[in-house]
Amino acid sequence: MNQLSSEEKMTTQDINTEKEASHISRRSFLGMLGKGAACAGAAVGAGGALASAGGGAANALGGVGPTYQQEPEQYAEARKNPPKIPGYNWTEHKWAFGVDSNRCIGCLRCVEACKMENSVQMDRNHTRTWVERYVYLEGSDHAHVDSIHDLKNVMPGSKETRFVFDNRYKNAKVTKAFFVPKLCNQCEKPSCVQVCPTGATYKTPDGPVLIDTKYCIGCQYCVQACPYGARSLNHVRGTAEKCNWCYHRITKGLNPACVEVCPTGTRIFGDRMDPESPISQFLRNNRVNVLKPDMGNMPNVFYAGIDKEVI
Amino acid sequence: MSSSADVFYHVAPVIGNGFTYPNETEVPWSELIVIYPYITGLVAGAFVVSSLHHVFGMERFAPISKFALLTSLCFMFFAPTPLLFHLGQPTRALNAVITPHWTSAMAAFGYVAGFYICLLLLEVWFSFRADIVGLSKSTTGVMQKVYKTLTLGSDDVSASALHADHTIARRLAMIGIPGACGLHGYVGFLFGSLKTREWWSSDLMPIIFLLSAVGSGVGLLIVIYVVACWWRKQTPDNGAMQGLLYVLWSGIVIVMVIEALEMVQMIYKAREGVEGVFDLINGPIHVGLFFQWGGGLLALLITSIMMLKTPKGSRLVFWLFVCGLSMMISVLAMRWNVVIGGQELSKTMRGLLTFHPEVFGRESLFTVASLFTAPFVVLYLAQKLLPTVWAGEELEPEERVFDIHKAI
Repeated sequence: MNQLSSEEKMTTQDINTEKEASHISRRSFLGMLGKGAACAGAAVGAGGALASAGGGAANALGGVGPTYQQEPEQYAEARKNPPKIPGYNWTEHKWAFGVDSNRCIGCLRCVEACKMENSVQMDRNHTRTWVERYVYLEGSDHAHVDSIHDLKNVMPGSKETRFVFDNRYKNAKVTKAFFVPKLCNQCEKPSCVQVCPTGATYKTPDGPVLIDTKYCIGCQYCVQACPYGARSLNHVRGTAEKCNWCYHRITKGLNPACVEVCPTGTRIFGDRMDPESPISQFLRNNRVNVLKPDMGNMPNVFYAGIDKEVI
Repeated sequence: MSSSADVFYHVAPVIGNGFTYPNETEVPWSELIVIYPYITGLVAGAFVVSSLHHVFGMERFAPISKFALLTSLCFMFFAPTPLLFHLGQPTRALNAVITPHWTSAMAAFGYVAGFYICLLLLEVWFSFRADIVGLSKSTTGVMQKVYKTLTLGSDDVSASALHADHTIARRLAMIGIPGACGLHGYVGFLFGSLKTREWWSSDLMPIIFLLSAVGSGVGLLIVIYVVACWWRKQTPDNGAMQGLLYVLWSGIVIVMVIEALEMVQMIYKAREGVEGVFDLINGPIHVGLFFQWGGGLLALLITSIMMLKTPKGSRLVFWLFVCGLSMMISVLAMRWNVVIGGQELSKTMRGLLTFHPEVFGRESLFTVASLFTAPFVVLYLAQKLLPTVWAGEELEPEERVFDIHKAI
């Protein structure tokens, strides 16, 4: 795994607390955690105090004008002082994410890979990505929904580090069932960016919404503002936490960890500026939907095969 | 790493097959964020009472107007503290002031609170300057130095200087009224502007916060004033108590009507997920709602009877004290129901959570109790420092000159 100049990008406190926090995880996950954390911290920190955004420029989706809920000065600052990622220009990409719900088998490898890659807290109450199971029982118009925070879906003895959907519907008459992976939607109009009082969370020109963990004050206004429940508080860092599509990986030409491990091709990732990328093809070949379109956030995660019950 | 599951637990199955998002199983804003709008509300309420005398010249409030002003200042000092205790990175709190991100409602907090503290400090200084000058000349030793410092070198107590003090204090109070409304309306906006929470997302939220602030602030004044009079073995001023009754009654009537309207509107509109709202009302916050509405109705009932019967003396004092206290409890319950209740209803609108507050710890009931006790302690010290707070402002400026000279 390529890394950025890593640890100098993190505060001393981050490093110390990271060491404490990742003690168990590191032992359990063959040292990947520390690397992931350093890498993620570096990538996120690379933006510095700048908070980017699309001001008046044409955006990759064909629209013109301010799409992000940010200020023009921050946009100008972002253009003037881009993150120091060798060989990467964030104005040349427009990342997007696709989820083909028809393919998901609910194996939850994505959840575990994400937690390892990004040093997410190892419990069922904090996660950057998760999978929801929707089950219609015979005679019911509404789906039963459950996910990894349900204690029954935690692998016994794993101390909330491994997850598996339990077999609770074994004897029930199921008429329809499917899985829906969820993650941060990296919205075009992110409410989290709008409400951040310091500008520590910001929208990048290439799509993802990042958090500067050195600048975040941990007020959790963004956690409240996210309509999708994608954010949480990292108690170790004392700052907000959420999926950034593995920004440290995608800027190296790699896929996000969840996409990498998905055995069925449910998770699709790519550059919308490249018409032959997996995501461009996915969007071309499917009728897609986004979650909670009425919120006006314009998500960048596109779903195929989801149901009216999906929330 | 905290094991949040010990503190909060997931009680999803409410609407058939309840569901919340995994990250929601930890309530982001705890009891500290309940006490924050509560304290700012008390500030705004107390300030309104002081302004009724300072700005509108309602003489019946003269005996308590300076005290109300001092109360407002003492509580304002502690209004930002719950937020500091809540932050994940409290040492970075000033980031929001140094580099405010203006699309965020929260970015303005430092400025709004800072402005209001400065305004209150100035108004208190102008209101008490003559007294401080008098005290600097009638005391000795360390206290004399303290008072001399507090005069900031301005010891002119001529009639024209006192008149200037009065005029400036009145103008500051005039700025303070929209300031107090803005401060508290703004707190309501912080909640009401979030589209993700059905329980918060209401255009009426700022006005509800503001009006309930007046109710609780007046309630607080009544309680402190009665207790202080009892402590000092004095009888509360009948005119002031009568005036507080009028303000309290008006506050209760308006806030209850607006709150009821908001509730009816939400239920009548019956948007998607309204069943979740019903379950919230019948579930996690039903005790809170009992205190909110019960306290409000009790205070409304008693004050209404008092408005009709116009009792005087100890009867007025006792029943008004009961009303003030029940209004304080009612508004505290309302803050809880809004802040915690809003988070107990999942963003999925298909599940509920139950919040279990910690008793000890950084974000705990103990912290809340400490932070809420602190303003009372500071107020006690402040009235020791400025004993003339009890003298009222019944004297004309010319007479006060004479009074001060007599003190010398």
